[in-house]
Amino acid sequence: MIWQLDLLILTLVVFCGIGAIMIRDLLGAAILFGAYSFMMCLLWTIMGAVDVAFTEASVGAGVSTVFFVAAVYHTTRRTKD
Amino acid sequence: MKTLGLIIVVLVGAVLVYATVDFPPFGDPASPASLHVSPRYIEKTVEETAVPNAVTSVLADYRGFDTMFETTVIFSAGVACFLLLRVSRRRPPASRQYRHRLTGLTFRVKDGREISLPLRDFEPLDSIWTPHDFIIEKVCRYLIPFIQLFGLYVIAHGHESPGGGFQGGVILGASIILLSVSHNLRTALQRMGEKASALFSPFGVLIYAGTGALCLVLGYNFLDYQALAALLPGGPIMARSHGIFLVEVGVGMAVMGTMVWIFKNLASLGRYDEGL
Repeated sequence: MIWQLDLLILTLVVFCGIGAIMIRDLLGAAILFGAYSFMMCLLWTIMGAVDVAFTEASVGAGVSTVFFVAAVYHTTRRTKD
Repeated sequence: MKTLGLIIVVLVGAVLVYATVDFPPFGDPASPASLHVSPRYIEKTVEETAVPNAVTSVLADYRGFDTMFETTVIFSAGVACFLLLRVSRRRPPASRQYRHRLTGLTFRVKDGREISLPLRDFEPLDSIWTPHDFIIEKVCRYLIPFIQLFGLYVIAHGHESPGGGFQGGVILGASIILLSVSHNLRTALQRMGEKASALFSPFGVLIYAGTGALCLVLGYNFLDYQALAALLPGGPIMARSHGIFLVEVGVGMAVMGTMVWIFKNLASLGRYDEGL
């Protein structure tokens, strides 16, 4: 493990997570969740859990983002709070 | 209310961080998990199941019950989406739009009347007009077969490399979803209809549970793939490897069907006429 890379990715994970809550545009939140999943996938790879990373990349960053986008497409892009 | 929520979140987070202090450090060889369970699997996997990837053998053989119920959970998620979103009664829309394929001219038919147009020349359009992008359509059209081939490879090669039924099934489902996103929902429905996707997911669970039940019929425990040695060549050890493959195919089918099924219900609001 390279601790600089670890620290960089962990920081990005935290920023993506906070950004996904704070942002008012729901489509942007869905995209940030996708980025969050992708960063988690990189973390799993660094820790050597390649199977988990593969699942995270396909399910978390891929399909669930599309589901969020489909839900936003039919509801509203603006959140109330 | 917001400050109360913030305080609760911070408190729970602090408790979680406090609890992780008691965990053994990452990669500690003296931790309980690395002392008894992991060495057993790492040393005996190839010997007992002839599968080089220990994760696959743990997932589908040693912990086969867990994976079976995971697949059932996925299937239940698909059924729940179907029951919540699917609308059986379809109301005709106020107007329909068609595009002439050769000239690209679009026109609208009012009053929701069904008119008989030669579908070779005219294609129906969604009421929310989305731009017709030549490059995206063509690139996706040529990419999708390779994505599907990769999905099949991931399912079949799960024994040797990272991957397996779950990941391969998601990749196969994502290829159909990509077809729907790049073209429109109608094209994806022509390739894989509602019935096909809704039948794939229970059928996958059936393959998984059926493999287990077959072992039971042959006189062994449920999901004890050694029993398949009576039907497949290669002795009891290779039979466990083949049994894992059968189960992975079931998981892949269930996951693929469910992903496409959920997406169609979600993207068309359960109406299956037009959508993302």
